[in-house]
Amino acid sequence: MSTDKPLPVIDHDSAPYWQAAHEGRLDIPLCGDCGKHHFYPRAICPHCHSDNLKFDTVSGRGEVHTFTIARRPAGPAFADDVPYVVALIELEEGPRMMSRIQTDDPEKVHIGAEVEVTFVKATDEITFPYFRMT
Amino acid sequence: MKNGRDPVIVGLADAPIEDGKFVTKASVLGHAALVAKAAVEEAGLTLDDVDGLLTAGMWGVPGPGQLATVTLGEYLGIMPTYVDGTNIGGSAFEAHVAHAAMALREGYCEVALIVYSSDQKSLRSRNLGGRPSVLSMQHETPYGMPTPVGGYAMAAQRHMHEYGTTSENLAEIAVATRKWAQLNPAATRRDPLSVDDVLSSTMISEPLHLLDCCLVTDGAGAIVMTTAERAKDLKTKPVAVKGYGEAHTHWAIGEMPDLARLLPAQKAGETAMKMAGVSHSDIDVVEVYDSFTITVLLTLEALGFCKIGEGGDFVSGQRTAPGGAFPMNTNGGGLSALHPGMYGMFLLIEATRQLRGVCGDRQVAGAETALVHGTGGTLSSGATVILQKD
Ligand SMILES: [Zn+2]
Repeated sequence: MSTDKPLPVIDHDSAPYWQAAHEGRLDIPLCGDCGKHHFYPRAICPHCHSDNLKFDTVSGRGEVHTFTIARRPAGPAFADDVPYVVALIELEEGPRMMSRIQTDDPEKVHIGAEVEVTFVKATDEITFPYFRMT
Repeated sequence: MKNGRDPVIVGLADAPIEDGKFVTKASVLGHAALVAKAAVEEAGLTLDDVDGLLTAGMWGVPGPGQLATVTLGEYLGIMPTYVDGTNIGGSAFEAHVAHAAMALREGYCEVALIVYSSDQKSLRSRNLGGRPSVLSMQHETPYGMPTPVGGYAMAAQRHMHEYGTTSENLAEIAVATRKWAQLNPAATRRDPLSVDDVLSSTMISEPLHLLDCCLVTDGAGAIVMTTAERAKDLKTKPVAVKGYGEAHTHWAIGEMPDLARLLPAQKAGETAMKMAGVSHSDIDVVEVYDSFTITVLLTLEALGFCKIGEGGDFVSGQRTAPGGAFPMNTNGGGLSALHPGMYGMFLLIEATRQLRGVCGDRQVAGAETALVHGTGGTLSSGATVILQKD
């Protein structure tokens, strides 16, 4: 599989997250000191600045915090997707993450809509956590 | 209390553009140099008097490190002893005014030159394909996030959800700003505009239409600052820098702490107004960054001109248009006058011109105190400057 779309340039902070996504899990950092999850993965907790962190598999459930329906693509690689929904998902565990809503009807997407993660393989190495409304 | 080292603006210049493109033939640095020279000469100074150089831009020799101040200093043939290349997006120049003010007070420099130039329109170089998918952007760019409009659209969507703000409210801002542009011969878009025109323009990234978005043009501008004492011998009537503040919260829009509330503007505005010792009722003219209509609404709320959530009502009834109760973005703004990528420089130039009283048809009568607020990145950074007629 290949794609013209931009792929994440994986680094040491994000490697466990992308690896888990490729294996069908949503793993995000959990702080051993303040007990809060965060996203995107960092080397220190953005809440309390502890480095006592581990990756935790979360529920994959959340709600649409906000979104936009892209009527113009973010560059030629996304032209065939238009219209598509880019959404900021607030996970049940607290953090927000940017993703796509997989839907045949973008107009149905609304703030507060309940969603769950679904994994979409992009290449042999990269799988994206997308979301769909439940 | 007045002090001889109080910072003042004594010179300014901007490059002529036509149909959004530079009229003069020169490189991006050439335009920077031409406005720099014009701004210092307006004040009765020369480039050799400049010992403080501040700039930010999207140009530079590609490769590790884009050393903007170094590149520009070389081009100008000067050896500045105070430099600041702070780049926090389009608000950088408001931060530069703050930093130059501190350097002047401290005696670290005598004549500070702030410069911006962009030939993005002529070069057709504006890249809306998204930021490279590295660091925090690896979690946004791959999803097809339209940059930068998508981030602003998400903030608008959230504001509409929380406070009932409408597309009509946002369109009022674009229409009022166009009316100011019609009074400014230098503005790029001067044809009449209605709320319906905005609402029926192409949807780009819901809920933002094409006419909710700023222009894409070339542009270059420069500002010269010195001390009140030095200004006494110069050719222009100085405009005093009375207060300033700056803050930033995030780069990727997904990291914005509250998408319906512009915390950097709130923080920067409070700091600047307190320093200047002014309240909202003292402000005669307001120049705020209008990358998108929603930017203005969020900024007015955060600066405290109205309550959080009431921005839609505040801008209704063409309140910010010529003749309205709240003169704002009097040159026609980034929405209708020019928007060369990082627009904050032009907010400062227009505010200074208003305080000099040289704005012709668009002059705000009796303008003595101006508030300038720049926003940079994707609602990432904010910097406020309070200017006063001396
Ligand atoms: Zn923590």
